[in-house]
Amino acid sequence: MQWDIVIGLEIHVQLATRTKIFSGSSTAYGAEPNTQANAVDLAMPGTLPVPNEQAFRYAVMFGLAVNAEIERRSVFERKNYFYPDLPKGYQTTQLERPIVGPGYVDIDLASGDTKRVRIHHAHLEEDAGKSLHEDFHGMTGIDLNRAGTPLIEVVTEPDMANADEAVACARKLHGIVTSLGICDGDMSQGSMRFDVNISLKPKGSETLGTRTETKNLNSFRFMEQAIAHEVERQMDILEEGGTIVQETRLYNGDRDESRSMRTKEEANDYRYFPCPDLLPVEIDDAFIDEARNSLPELPDARKTRFKEQYGLNDYDAGLLASDSKLAAFFEATAERGKDAKLASNWVQGEFSARLNAEEKSVADSPISGAQLGDLVVRIADNTISSAGAKKVFEALWSGENDNVDAIIDAKGLKQVSDTGELEKMVDEVLASMPDQVAQYQQESDPKKQKKMLGGFMGPLMKASKGQGNPKLFNEILVKKLGG
Amino acid sequence: MTISREDIEKVAVLARIRVDEAQVSALEKDLGNILDLVDQLSAADTDAVEPMAHPLNAVQRLRPDEVTETNQREAFQAIAPATENGLYLVPRVIE
Repeated sequence: MQWDIVIGLEIHVQLATRTKIFSGSSTAYGAEPNTQANAVDLAMPGTLPVPNEQAFRYAVMFGLAVNAEIERRSVFERKNYFYPDLPKGYQTTQLERPIVGPGYVDIDLASGDTKRVRIHHAHLEEDAGKSLHEDFHGMTGIDLNRAGTPLIEVVTEPDMANADEAVACARKLHGIVTSLGICDGDMSQGSMRFDVNISLKPKGSETLGTRTETKNLNSFRFMEQAIAHEVERQMDILEEGGTIVQETRLYNGDRDESRSMRTKEEANDYRYFPCPDLLPVEIDDAFIDEARNSLPELPDARKTRFKEQYGLNDYDAGLLASDSKLAAFFEATAERGKDAKLASNWVQGEFSARLNAEEKSVADSPISGAQLGDLVVRIADNTISSAGAKKVFEALWSGENDNVDAIIDAKGLKQVSDTGELEKMVDEVLASMPDQVAQYQQESDPKKQKKMLGGFMGPLMKASKGQGNPKLFNEILVKKLGG
Repeated sequence: MTISREDIEKVAVLARIRVDEAQVSALEKDLGNILDLVDQLSAADTDAVEPMAHPLNAVQRLRPDEVTETNQREAFQAIAPATENGLYLVPRVIE
C-alpha cells in the first residue's frame, strides 16, 4: 500500500531574556543548581508573578517575522499536572488567546521549489526545571534554575510531507529566531526543542491517521533519522493490520530507537483555566511598531542581498543566509578575501565540514572569518594551490599558527608561478616521456587528450616538489604539446 | 447536574488527594450540590458576552528585564526535606 506522510512540528524556543518570564531571577546558563531559583520560581506561598516585558517583545518580533497576526490582548492559563520539576503543580501558558496568531514561513526544497508551511499559532509559556535521574540513593535530584525561563511554543499546521521538508522548516525557524536574536538556537543545550507529530494515511485519502509525537530531537540529523524511524514503525504496524496508539515517544539518536513515554489518554487531562494571578496583557500598536522597527535582517532578505551583493547563486546564498552566525562568518571571509565565490566555497566546504565533524557551532570555531579571508586571498592570487590551502587551513584550525602568510612560509607552500622556471620543468619532463608525447599528439579526440594531460601532471608536481602552479603547468603543457 | 463516583475518583487521582470509599458518597452529594448551584448560572444568556479572563477590570503591568533576585539557595534549602549537591531530592521519578 502507498502512504502519505503527514508531519507537523511543535517547537519550544527558549527566549534569550536576562530574567525569567515571571520573576527577576537570572536565566544565565551553567549556574550552580538552584542558585537562580527564587521564591516565585519555587512556588512559595504568597508570591505573585510579574511578567517580563522583554518576553512579550521577543514573542511579537517572532510573530512579525513569520507574517502572523499579533493578539493585542493575551491571557494566561494554568495547565495542571504533577511533576517534581514543576513546583507550582501547573505550567503558566496560553491556550485561548495566544500572543501570536496564524502565520507562515516559506521553505526552500531540494528541488529548487519553495513550499509554504502555515504556523497555527505561537504562545508564551514558562519552562519547567530539570530532573536528574542519576543515582541519588534511589532518589531524583531537582534543579529549578530553568523553571520559569520564558519560552515560545510554535505550533505548525501539518503541512510537511517528508523528513526533508520537516528539517527544512525546522532550519528555517532556527534561522529566524537566531537572526532575530531572541534565542541562541543551541539545540544540544535544549535552547530550541523540536517535537515532531507524525501520522500516515492511505495515499490520496482526506482523513488524517492517528498521530504520534516524537520528542528529544537535539540535532537536525537526529530529527531526520527519528522521522524515518517513526514512519517505518507506523507503516509496519498499519500494513500488518494494526492500529497506531496516540502517544508521546522518546527518540534515542545514538541507538536510532524510540520508546513510548506516555499515552495521551492516560495523562491528557490538564484542566486548563485562566490564571487568577495574572491580569490580561494588552499590547498596543506603539509596542508592535517599536518591535517591527527593531527587526534585524532576516534570512529571506539576507539571501536576496547575498545574491545581489556577492553574485552568489540561489543555493549558495540560501544556505549561507539561513544562519545568522554562518552568514556573518561568510561576510567576514568575503570582505577580507575579496573573491566571494571562493569565500562561499570555503565556508560551505572545508569550514562547515570541519565544524560538523567536530560537532561545533560557528561560535566555537577556532578560526575567524578574517583568517579564512586571508587564506582566500592567497588562493585567489595563486600564491598557493588548493592542496596547499588545505594544509594552511589545518594549521589555522589546530592553532599551530594564526597567520596565513607565516604558515605558507614556514611550510614552504608557496607555488612556483614563474613561467620561465615552469616551462623549463615542462621541457624536461616532456623530453623524458617521448612515448606519451607521441600518443598525445596522435590522439584526435580533445576529451581524451585532456585526460592524457593528467599523466604529465604527476611527474611535473614531483619535479617542482609539489610547488608548481598546476594551472600554469596545464596551460604550458597544452601550448607545448599542441605546437 | 450530577457527578459520578468515577468522576470523583478521577479528580482525586488528578489532584493527588487520597479519598477513601466512605468519603466518596459524601463528596458525591456535596459536589453535586455545588455543581447544581453553579448550574443556575447557565440560565443566563451569555451569547454576546466575552468570557471573563479576570474579575478585576484592569490590565497587567509588565516588568523590565532586569535581574532583581539574588541567590538564596541556602535559605530555601534549609526547609527542604532532602538536598544534595545543591539539588532538591524527591522520591525517584521514572517516566
